[in-house]
Amino acid sequence: MATLSYREALNQAIREEMDKDERVFLMGEEVGYYQGAYKVSQGLLQRFSERRVIDAPIAEMGFAGVGIGAAMVGLRPIIEFMTFNFSLVAIDQIVNNAAKIFQMSAGQYHIPIVFRGPGGPAVQVASQHSQALESFYAHVPGLKVVMPSTPADAKGLLKSAVRDDNPVIFIEGETLYNTTGEVPEEEDFLIPIGKGEVKRQGAHVTLVAWSAMVPVCLAAAEKLAEQGIEAEVVDPRTLRPLDDSVILESVKKTGRCVIVEIGWPMSGFGAEVAYRVQRECLDQLDAPIERVTSDDVPMPYALNLEKQVIPQPADVIAAVKKVLYLE
Amino acid sequence: MAQIIGLPKLSPTMEEGILVRWVKKEGDKVQPGDLIAEVETDKANMDFNLEDEGVLLKLLVKEGDTVKLGAPVAILGEEGEDVSKLVSQASAGGGAPAKQEQKMEAAPAADAMPPAEPKAKAEMPAETADEAETQRLEKAEKPAAKAEGGNSGGKLLASPLAKSLAIELGVDLRQVKGSGPGGRIVERDVKAAAAGVAEPQYDVADHEATAVTALPEVLHGPPPAGSDESATRAIEVFKGKFGPLALKEPSDEYVDKPLTPARKTIAQRLLQAKREMPHFRLTSTVDAGPLGDFRQRLNQLLGDRGKVSFNDLLLKGAALALRRVPECNAAFMGDSIRFYTRVHLGVAVALETGLITPVVRNADLKGIGVISAEVRDMVDRAKRRQLKAAEIQGATFTVSNLGMYGIDQFDAIINPPAACILAIGRIQRVPVVENDRIVIGDRLNLTLSCDHRAVDGALGARYMDELRDILERPESLAL
Repeated sequence: MATLSYREALNQAIREEMDKDERVFLMGEEVGYYQGAYKVSQGLLQRFSERRVIDAPIAEMGFAGVGIGAAMVGLRPIIEFMTFNFSLVAIDQIVNNAAKIFQMSAGQYHIPIVFRGPGGPAVQVASQHSQALESFYAHVPGLKVVMPSTPADAKGLLKSAVRDDNPVIFIEGETLYNTTGEVPEEEDFLIPIGKGEVKRQGAHVTLVAWSAMVPVCLAAAEKLAEQGIEAEVVDPRTLRPLDDSVILESVKKTGRCVIVEIGWPMSGFGAEVAYRVQRECLDQLDAPIERVTSDDVPMPYALNLEKQVIPQPADVIAAVKKVLYLE
Repeated sequence: MAQIIGLPKLSPTMEEGILVRWVKKEGDKVQPGDLIAEVETDKANMDFNLEDEGVLLKLLVKEGDTVKLGAPVAILGEEGEDVSKLVSQASAGGGAPAKQEQKMEAAPAADAMPPAEPKAKAEMPAETADEAETQRLEKAEKPAAKAEGGNSGGKLLASPLAKSLAIELGVDLRQVKGSGPGGRIVERDVKAAAAGVAEPQYDVADHEATAVTALPEVLHGPPPAGSDESATRAIEVFKGKFGPLALKEPSDEYVDKPLTPARKTIAQRLLQAKREMPHFRLTSTVDAGPLGDFRQRLNQLLGDRGKVSFNDLLLKGAALALRRVPECNAAFMGDSIRFYTRVHLGVAVALETGLITPVVRNADLKGIGVISAEVRDMVDRAKRRQLKAAEIQGATFTVSNLGMYGIDQFDAIINPPAACILAIGRIQRVPVVENDRIVIGDRLNLTLSCDHRAVDGALGARYMDELRDILERPESLAL
């Protein structure tokens, strides 16, 4: 095991997969000479040359489409969006081509492509750059949506995503890049897509969270533990396909469920989780399922307001007390 | 001053009761707490203890009478008082309020235990579980009876987990005060009730400590002096096994459940049958293939107008076979044998509270559809305790079917006074020899238990032969 940052873990995953498979290449804005807007592609241009680490113009629709075409003819592109906010410009390529060509070609064309980049609000990048778009992509059949919360998950899942024969939306936590953690070093360290993990054991309440909300829940769980409340933190890691078994098992044990997401409340992914939990765990539930989300507004720029909008550990604690009837 | 005593509420869901037995008679002096009568409620026989002191001047109802809640049952007063006015008032429908509602300490049913009495908790998880289930089912129908548990609006509010847990732990939700929003009963309330904690408390940090200190008593009674260490060890073991949050009071080694009137009757009659009747049994295996085909054709004909079960066909067959061998439709009467001229089939039905045997009258003359409908209706009403006494009396022959419970074959105890009972097993797919080849066949085991005083072996065998003939050529059932 080595201690790596989330960004280093991603870098390692890309490097190893590019070493392993000639067909894998990286394309996006500033991925080459600038070494990546978030330095995820540090050193890759030097190692693999311009042929495989390609600086694209500021034209997401264009390079997303180029990537899909390359995937159709047998390459395995990794397309980096500087942030997933810019994927909105390319969403037609993703939804109408990447997700559908396999089916529309009657299985003649696989699209082994990874769209990756940071998502979710960070700090004071204002409303157009502070969006959690996972619910958009998780809505689409034909796409897989992966959202790692730790360096190890980031590495193991990105390698699986590159090896997957279908389009994978790989959303990194913008605020997680500097977080560190133990990462297995073996070359074939993979985490399967569609497999969740319990990040913290607890008997009294289940917190479901992914990406940047996992550390928020873990912090809340620490505080709750001081009051004798043991929260179990469950990270599905992949939103589509969703590993609901890990969530349901936990809720069946605790009888209470709080779903925490950094996205907006309306039609957010947590609503789908809540639906599945009530369907499968009705008799085990002691309280209505709670959701903690961002406020239903475009993100304000002011730091104090931003903090108000984004779920904080205190919000999670309040929701936990609600489902435990401890208000 | 003389007063009218009304029928008290002896179980939370009781709306009326049957006065089974007067323990005191007219003229008896009574003290507060005296048992004056036994009352059968919807749950069990309950003791009717009086709250007041005086002389029972007049008993207003006879044993066996059904009495509405609060309706007058007796007049209590001083010796020699004139009660004529009160008697006429009582007969005119004037009652006394059911004011003894809260005096239920002698009641055996679990749900009569106030949760505040931890000691009095040797109750019956299985039965209360049933009750909780029933209560869940009845909830929608009878909201008024549920208003007691601290819930507002008359509807029992409980989280799904609280409901499941109540069934598991044998807690009556109506006795639990909800601590959630709007009085919703939540997990902690049920656990507190199950653990016998007077006031539901929830303090996660303290939970373990509370449960643990409560344990020695729970496990062993009060710990003898100087045994702290072993008690602590026992608790550790207990904790290790079940975890602090899963703690519930371990049940006693046994529970004595008072007999219901129905159970008493079953015990008495079956013992009598077994003791007095020299039983012998005859088992026959029937080819059930044709019967299965026949049933399928009938059900195709019926479409969505209903379904005929094997049981319906077997009842009809048993009845027709009695027409062919009427000597088996008999009862031993001591100095004579009674041969019944009608065929009234008793159909053994298992209820949660015991066995009941509704009777299909003149079953030999009824069509399969009528038999089917009658049985279904009676079973349904039996479950709701709505069968009339006449409907469970007068069987001349009984049929008991355990096929649906996966039983291959069994011997039934005769249901007196009739001399025979037919026990039906399940239909099995088995290898059978046909024209010197082994093929798959459907086989059904039937066992006739006979009272040898009235029916001899050869006679019983003739009955079984006719029954087999009918069932293997099921067109006979239409004749």
